[in-house]
Amino acid sequence: MVAHPVDAIMLEQRAASFTRRSIKEGAKKQGLRLALSMVDLTTLEGSDSPEKVRSLCRKAIRPWEGDIEQPLPSVAAVCVYPNLVPTAKEILEGTGVKIASVATGFPSGQYPLSVRLRDAAEAVAAGADEIDMVINRGAFLAGRDEEVAEEIREVRSTVHPAHLKIILETGELGNYDTIRRASDLAIEAAASTGPIRDGEIFIKTSTGKIAPAATMPAVLVMLEAIRDHWFATGVRIGMKPAGGIRRAKAALHHLAMVKETLGDDWLTPNLFRFGASSLTNDLLRQIIRLERHRYMAAHDFSEA
Amino acid sequence: MPQRIDVAKTWKLYIGGKFVRSESGQSFPVEHRRHGTTVHLCRASRKDLRDSVEAATSARSGWASASGYLRGQILYRMAEMLECRRTEMGEALGAGSNQTPKQRLEEVDASIDRLVGFAGWSDKIEQILGGQNPVPGPYYNITVPEPTGVVGIVPPDKPALLAAVSMLAAPLCAGNTTILLAPEQHPLPTTLLGEIIATSDVPAGVVNILTGTRDDLLGHMADHRAVNAISAVNLAEETLTDLRKRAAESIKRIHHERVTAPAWKKHEDRCSPWKVEPFLEMKTLWHPSAC
Repeated sequence: MVAHPVDAIMLEQRAASFTRRSIKEGAKKQGLRLALSMVDLTTLEGSDSPEKVRSLCRKAIRPWEGDIEQPLPSVAAVCVYPNLVPTAKEILEGTGVKIASVATGFPSGQYPLSVRLRDAAEAVAAGADEIDMVINRGAFLAGRDEEVAEEIREVRSTVHPAHLKIILETGELGNYDTIRRASDLAIEAAASTGPIRDGEIFIKTSTGKIAPAATMPAVLVMLEAIRDHWFATGVRIGMKPAGGIRRAKAALHHLAMVKETLGDDWLTPNLFRFGASSLTNDLLRQIIRLERHRYMAAHDFSEA
Repeated sequence: MPQRIDVAKTWKLYIGGKFVRSESGQSFPVEHRRHGTTVHLCRASRKDLRDSVEAATSARSGWASASGYLRGQILYRMAEMLECRRTEMGEALGAGSNQTPKQRLEEVDASIDRLVGFAGWSDKIEQILGGQNPVPGPYYNITVPEPTGVVGIVPPDKPALLAAVSMLAAPLCAGNTTILLAPEQHPLPTTLLGEIIATSDVPAGVVNILTGTRDDLLGHMADHRAVNAISAVNLAEETLTDLRKRAAESIKRIHHERVTAPAWKKHEDRCSPWKVEPFLEMKTLWHPSAC
């Protein structure tokens, strides 16, 4: 694997520059709707109940019940724990909204490989279209790269043809060089299992369980790894920042970053997702404000 | 020795516990009659109002659930801080009025007393306005007042401090969070009040103070669905009608009074529980009695 050292200062400056794009009116309307269609509506709590997941699924299909000119898009997927996949499937079957499930010993990944593989296999068997796996950070940080790569390959073979999102947990990796190395490792490991179609493999920043989660520089490093893989092979890997993106404005900043790093090809839910829950309502608030020219209250929207 | 250069204060907005410049970058001039100078104040925009509402909304549950006793202590603390800055506030009152120094200090003192008055009411409102209601049946029937929520406050130009303090303290002592639009013609005392509030242990976002023109802000305040009530006095008939129409969409409470400038001095009238009551929602509970 070729090392790609990262210039941290330039990276942070470049990432910060995307927050200063002026996105107004028409472009803003489009951007907000696009961002809404890219949301992986997520609930990953110990307290998740079937009814909570059902209501989340209904929200995923129809994010807002009010009347709005030009109907709102559905979100891309609902992301839940494996136990709740069958519940989500009852509601989402045939709607076009995908079911994503975290698996492989989420969020720590500190379980024996056999347990993690069975976890992923059962989630797929229950009906998950996409599996969000965590890498073995313990092994990665100890330098056992081949072990990590082999595990990714095994998970990929286990869940295929379900799509796979590989969570790096950037907040635990320490610096940008390591994030870049983990991104390259994940992409190459997944690619080595056979031909992959565009959007079949995603890399994802975080579990959302630790802070910092998806910071803009971390996302940028990962986008650059995706770009370099695309230049080298022509294959489009997807990207999913998750955790900490709560505001519509932050979503627009990310879209600007994706567009200027990877181009328009990636501005689709097939290749870019937001792992979020409260972001949805803020996107809705902004979309409706642009339509009605008045601010909505938090209680105008269902819980996400 | 080189001559010393005065350090002039930058007057800012007070939003979410921070002193910030307007997002608009705009300012408007106000004559300081006593100093013969011009002061530039931030001209708050729609987005500053939005930020204030966000701050007030997130401060809502904490302030509403604080005990009346604690809210009273904090209001009393505001009175203490205002007492410390009595002379400075007197100066600020002189910026936009022709009051004599004695009259100005009288207004400051009355404002301090008003804060102390409402501080006293804050843990008594519930007993006075709520209570157990007699019902024909084996039930307890209990009425509990709860704060309305986020309250926008539009005080008159005169008396610049006393009216603003009275209109602010009433919803505040009942557990509402507030957005105060400083009087357009005479905004300095209210702006200075922000500095007093910032040092009185008032949680961030519970009081937000905006300077600027009413035309810029009042309509957006009426439209914003997260604002639950607006308290205003002496509005022009047309403005009031428009305000009521726009507020109706979100079923906002509009509390409007016509008050003459001298009437604000009547402490018993202006510092009564009936000035707090418009910013309370009455919740009534039925509960079977034991027998």
